[in-house]
Amino acid sequence: MKQVYKWFCGAACALFALPAFAAFNIFACTPEWGALAKELAGEKANIYTATNALQDPHHVEARPSLIARARSADLVVSTGADLEVGWLPLVLTQSGNPKIRAGQPGNFEASRFVVMLEVPASLDRSQGDVHPGGNPHIHLDPRNMAKVAAALGERMAQLDVADAVGYRQRTQNFLERWQQAILRWEKEGAPLKGMAVVGYHRNMTYLNAWLGIREIGSLEPKPGLPPTTAHMSELLTRLASDPAKAVVRSAYNDPRAAEWLTGNAKIPAVTLPFTVGGSDKAKDLFGLFDDTIARLLAVAK
Amino acid sequence: MFRRNLIAVAVALTCAVPAYAQDAELAKIRGEIKQMRDSYEKRIQELEKRLSEAESKAGKAETTANKAEQSAGRAEGAVVAASAARGAGRSAENSFNPAMSLILQGSYARTSRDPNQYRINGFVPSGGEVGPPKRSFGLNETELNFSANIDPYFRGVAIAALAPEGGIAVEEAYFQTLALPEGLTLKGGRYFSGLGYLNEQHQHAWDFRDAPLPYKAFLGNQYKQDGVQLKWLAPTDLFMEVGAELAAGDRYPGSAQNKNGIGSSSLFGHLGGDIGVSTAWRAGLSHLWTSPKDRSYTDTDALGGTVTNSFTGRAKLLALDGVLKWAPNGNATERNFKLQGEYFRLKQDGTLTYDDTAQTTPQFGTLRSGNLQTDQSGYYLQGVWQFYPRWRVGYRYDALRYGTLNNGVLAAGPTAADMPLLANHSPSRNTLMLDFSATEFSRFRLQLAADKSRSGAADNQIMLQYIHSLGAHGAHKF
Repeated sequence: MKQVYKWFCGAACALFALPAFAAFNIFACTPEWGALAKELAGEKANIYTATNALQDPHHVEARPSLIARARSADLVVSTGADLEVGWLPLVLTQSGNPKIRAGQPGNFEASRFVVMLEVPASLDRSQGDVHPGGNPHIHLDPRNMAKVAAALGERMAQLDVADAVGYRQRTQNFLERWQQAILRWEKEGAPLKGMAVVGYHRNMTYLNAWLGIREIGSLEPKPGLPPTTAHMSELLTRLASDPAKAVVRSAYNDPRAAEWLTGNAKIPAVTLPFTVGGSDKAKDLFGLFDDTIARLLAVAK
Repeated sequence: MFRRNLIAVAVALTCAVPAYAQDAELAKIRGEIKQMRDSYEKRIQELEKRLSEAESKAGKAETTANKAEQSAGRAEGAVVAASAARGAGRSAENSFNPAMSLILQGSYARTSRDPNQYRINGFVPSGGEVGPPKRSFGLNETELNFSANIDPYFRGVAIAALAPEGGIAVEEAYFQTLALPEGLTLKGGRYFSGLGYLNEQHQHAWDFRDAPLPYKAFLGNQYKQDGVQLKWLAPTDLFMEVGAELAAGDRYPGSAQNKNGIGSSSLFGHLGGDIGVSTAWRAGLSHLWTSPKDRSYTDTDALGGTVTNSFTGRAKLLALDGVLKWAPNGNATERNFKLQGEYFRLKQDGTLTYDDTAQTTPQFGTLRSGNLQTDQSGYYLQGVWQFYPRWRVGYRYDALRYGTLNNGVLAAGPTAADMPLLANHSPSRNTLMLDFSATEFSRFRLQLAADKSRSGAADNQIMLQYIHSLGAHGAHKF
């Protein structure tokens, strides 16, 4: 038994020798905020992204690695609006890091800086996985991204005072490029206006609102519930009278339901990256929107 | 409001108009009512139109405001102010109510042996509620959870268990620090000890209906403490935490005693991390020390009389635990696998006293004492596979090793037949489960077990169980 202790203590000492004392540690809950942080912080910060594009952001576990990374974080960037309610509160409490507690400057919730859509009038779990603050998938409207970027850049400047000027400059630079990109995307995406699609989960709401895409139904019978055969045949009937151009799902959604519907309704399926890393071309935020619009245009004809 | 009253009065009048009222008059009244209704609807439509106009104007104003703020480079403060203004008016007396949730649980059980006669043979009884549930339909504990931040420095959690037969037990009730620096967290009150893996989780979050045998035999199902716990999380990328606990030690393997100072102490350490994007793991080592005094249990002597045996001495428990979770690309929504196992070893050294003086015609009539030394162990290994969204299947094997048990009482008069509970037996069990979770808030489970906790034939158990949670969305530990 003594040997076990020796081994344990030995390992403990060895690991303690390699702490993550970087200049400024950012813990991004989802890839889009990680990518945004990268744009604004440049090379100055150490950015850790807790999830990848193939993970359902609703169902993430409070893994030990997340707790360890949160321990040394100076800033946690989350979506908020209860998207991360199943794991982030636990990670924050377990991390023993008072800087990133809810309400502290080190805790940044992006959804606080945009106008929320689909805020439920009444809260009842019989409606499925509803979020009291509104639909939390805010990042697919680039105008929201601009609002969040401005607020996040300012927050970084406040927290990492030594480089405040740098953060403000990079934020300014990003916003200029971003506003130009928005104009370009809006021009490119003009043919998408009024296009009818079937979604998977209601996670494209902001994208649809921005581009004027009409989502006539979701594969999920209610938010968060897996597609059922009954609901799918109902959708099929509805498509007969109100045809859609495509079935749209994000990279992390199960492809089977979308395939079934495309096979039966004879309309194409399109897989959107949803977030940075969700496709080969979605390497950064610009690539995310370039690829999203290109993929939608491909099925809009 | 006045108009609506008018309509009501008019309607009432219409009804009250006697039968001889002329049709012309009736038609006139009806016409008036229609007019009123029409003008009312028109006004409502106008109001709605104005409202939507105002809303869209507000939206536009916000967008412009935001743009202006961005270019000015001071977006945050102003937007915060704006959203604060949006949220104003929500303040009420109940705004600070804690997060509340309720867990509903019940089961249907069928067992081949009497659950009331449940024993873990070969091991000193741990005193917890370790047996299978009662036969037929039964309600299990209903759990009531409250939690909230107390102030900027502390967080409070209370979990009450409403027993099906009535009465409330405090499962956990503790405060936890929020603002200690350097990765330190202090917890105080009643809480589940950080030793092992399953111990800190609530029973409703377990993958099987009941605890594995080592938990039942060595920790009375689950080890809760009244005490303080200090935890430190290392500032490394690898998850590494160590913790120490000081507590009253009034539960098995300790015992309630009227003494100043500390009844039990424990140390634990956990390591954890990721292997690629698909796998996450955690491993731990814990140690518990406690000194029970007059910790008693009852047994049946060779003549069928009740005997009280009590132990005074020292108990040391070592626990090793490990868990590995796998999901393709880390996306556990569709499919995932969880492998988990723990090993416990309990050593006890002290004096055991055999007392049959309470019987009317005792065999001995005086206390008989001897040295008791035990070195016993147990483990479990389980795998749970979510093979389809909502559906999981799991298998668990758990076993206890009788190991060494030197009972000095047997040299002082009583024979092995007078202490049947400590007779050589190494229990084991095979358990299979299948569960369906419609959402993360509801779960139905079927569990089949062949339980050889008792010597003799296996107890074949079939259990159907539901676990539903309502209220605040709780986060589950890894």
